[in-house]
Amino acid sequence: MSILVNKNTRVLVQGITGKEGSFHASACKAYGTQVVAGVTPGKGGTTFEEIPVFNTVEEAVIKTQADLSLIFVPPPFAADAICESADAGVKIIIAITEGIPIMDMMRVKRFLADKPVRLIGPNCPGVITPEECKIGIMPGFIHKKGSVGVVSRSGTLTYEAVWQLTQLGLGQSTCVGIGGDPVNGTNFIHVLELFENDLETKGVVMIGEIGGDAEEQAADFIKRKMTKPVVAFISGMTAPPGRRMGHAGAIIAGGKGGASDKVEALTDAGVTVVENPAKIGETMARILKK
Amino acid sequence: MNIHEYQAKALFAQYQIPVPNGKVAFSPEEAKSVADTLDSKIAVVKAQIHAGGRGKAGGVKLAKERADVSVFAKDLLGKTLVTHQTGPEGREVKKLLIEEGLDIARELYLCLVVDRAAGAIGLIASTEGGMEIEEVSEKHPEKIVRLSIDPVLGYQDYQGRSVAFKLNLPKEVLGAWNTLLKNLYRLFVEKGAMQVEINPLIITGQNKLVALDAKVGFDDNALFRNQDVHALRDLDEEEPLETKATQFGLNYVKLDGSIGCMVNGAGLAMATMDVIKLAGGAPANFLDVGGGASKETVKEAFQILLADPNVKGIFINIFGGIVRCERIAHGVMDAAKEIQFGLPGGARAVPLVIRLEGTNAKEAKVLLADSSIKLTVAESLWDGAQKVVAEVNASR
Repeated sequence: MSILVNKNTRVLVQGITGKEGSFHASACKAYGTQVVAGVTPGKGGTTFEEIPVFNTVEEAVIKTQADLSLIFVPPPFAADAICESADAGVKIIIAITEGIPIMDMMRVKRFLADKPVRLIGPNCPGVITPEECKIGIMPGFIHKKGSVGVVSRSGTLTYEAVWQLTQLGLGQSTCVGIGGDPVNGTNFIHVLELFENDLETKGVVMIGEIGGDAEEQAADFIKRKMTKPVVAFISGMTAPPGRRMGHAGAIIAGGKGGASDKVEALTDAGVTVVENPAKIGETMARILKK
Repeated sequence: MNIHEYQAKALFAQYQIPVPNGKVAFSPEEAKSVADTLDSKIAVVKAQIHAGGRGKAGGVKLAKERADVSVFAKDLLGKTLVTHQTGPEGREVKKLLIEEGLDIARELYLCLVVDRAAGAIGLIASTEGGMEIEEVSEKHPEKIVRLSIDPVLGYQDYQGRSVAFKLNLPKEVLGAWNTLLKNLYRLFVEKGAMQVEINPLIITGQNKLVALDAKVGFDDNALFRNQDVHALRDLDEEEPLETKATQFGLNYVKLDGSIGCMVNGAGLAMATMDVIKLAGGAPANFLDVGGGASKETVKEAFQILLADPNVKGIFINIFGGIVRCERIAHGVMDAAKEIQFGLPGGARAVPLVIRLEGTNAKEAKVLLADSSIKLTVAESLWDGAQKVVAEVNASR
């Protein structure tokens, strides 16, 4: 078992002929992911590494039964690409694109609200179910099949945590990057709920950061609904207020979004919050041994 | 991106949002001649810096006589203002806004801001204008009205009416209030704002609404659509090293500590700062060199870190991921050679600790250990942080 994606997931890549899109489509396919279609308007009828390329998502879905769209379209056109996939009936959209205007994302979110589709990201590394499928830009080899679920707002920091787990022999059920933007498609809560209901997942690593209140809301959910152990790390303890730390969403604004409030809320919810990001793996190992 | 009050007010004027008569001035003489064009006897001299809390810090002066304008202007220009938003080093005043004085009957607070949790535009208003909204929110939450504007539908008149009645506005201003909100929302959406704040929004003795202050922050990701907004950027208000970093596609934020960090990825960069603190050191910066960490980006990053005199040691923490670690190791070594790191006449020497993880990390560590550059190879994130802190302490 896993969440969101598995070896049967049929992936279409929007922006497959671009620099990023082609590189990563190829890497995902090499990992074993079923990349069944690509979409680049104007390049329909061609192929990329034997993957058929279509002009529209609608046509790609009809011809290949793709059920997930992976988006590498540049920021000015990314919102349009997300809506196109949602309208074509894919079930999951993973948007890797960084730098989408926030107003675009607000409108996209409203457009998706009444459709049977889930958006992961944008500005995220994607989703991987180790040894089944990799749908995103993460390095596949650091992962190992197992029973720890990982959910994170970050990219390379997630790799760091995953690598610690793998080196300790702790595999992962699924790793989900929800992205570092202030308005995104999926928050911690939904992913935590999926992990809670997944038979294979025995514990969850959650990686948050400063900005917003997604961690506080996750804490509330964990307190009320989660039975599985959660280990969390919040990056940005040393970040000063008012300065954006790389991610558009990582900013302490108006006195809100600081790390200590998040740590407090999570600790209160029974989460084991690690102060040192180098100890995420060993903390999870210790808890699972109990 | 933030802009000055005088720029925000010019933008307001474009959207028919009433602002006081006035103009920006760069010298006491200019300040005086602006004041001479005003109808009111009283003039207001306002320091233009990108930070709130100017009033409390002495950056806003009321000139009751015309002659006072140049006196205040002389006093403020070149002065370093320290407010709760500038940090202890403060900000030098280089421009002033000279405005007419108005007859204030009531002061309100009004703000449109991205509500990230709701994925909508939040409207916040209060009867307590002229105060810090955080303070009002803490002491008198009942005096704050909030509502959410649907980003697809846009601002609706009933929303404006609802707020107006809750704030108990006189019925003489209701028409102007609704027009103002409509225009403010249009500005917010069309110009790609993240926040538009008017504090205070006044009602004059003649029942006119006027934006006495104006603060606008923009979404950096939307600037490509608004070149006119981009042109308002004031490099004087930015840290020069941060501006330089942006030119090379690096994401750099200067801090006060002594250990320079060079990391790929924003989350890991923040976590690296945190680990340095846990190891007993203080980070000198946040620096995300992006996914690839090529020779060129590492070289620029080195130069930016070493240009900060507070930097006494450097910790490079790269999680290679898809890029092979040997390539990154070569990039770091080549960059260090090109800037002549630690060589006479080259870049100054500071303890350098490198941690590389990912594909072929072992081979990369051997490469680094064998290089002629004086550096320490770390085995893990924690090991690296401890080593750099120890080396910096030892070199004191």
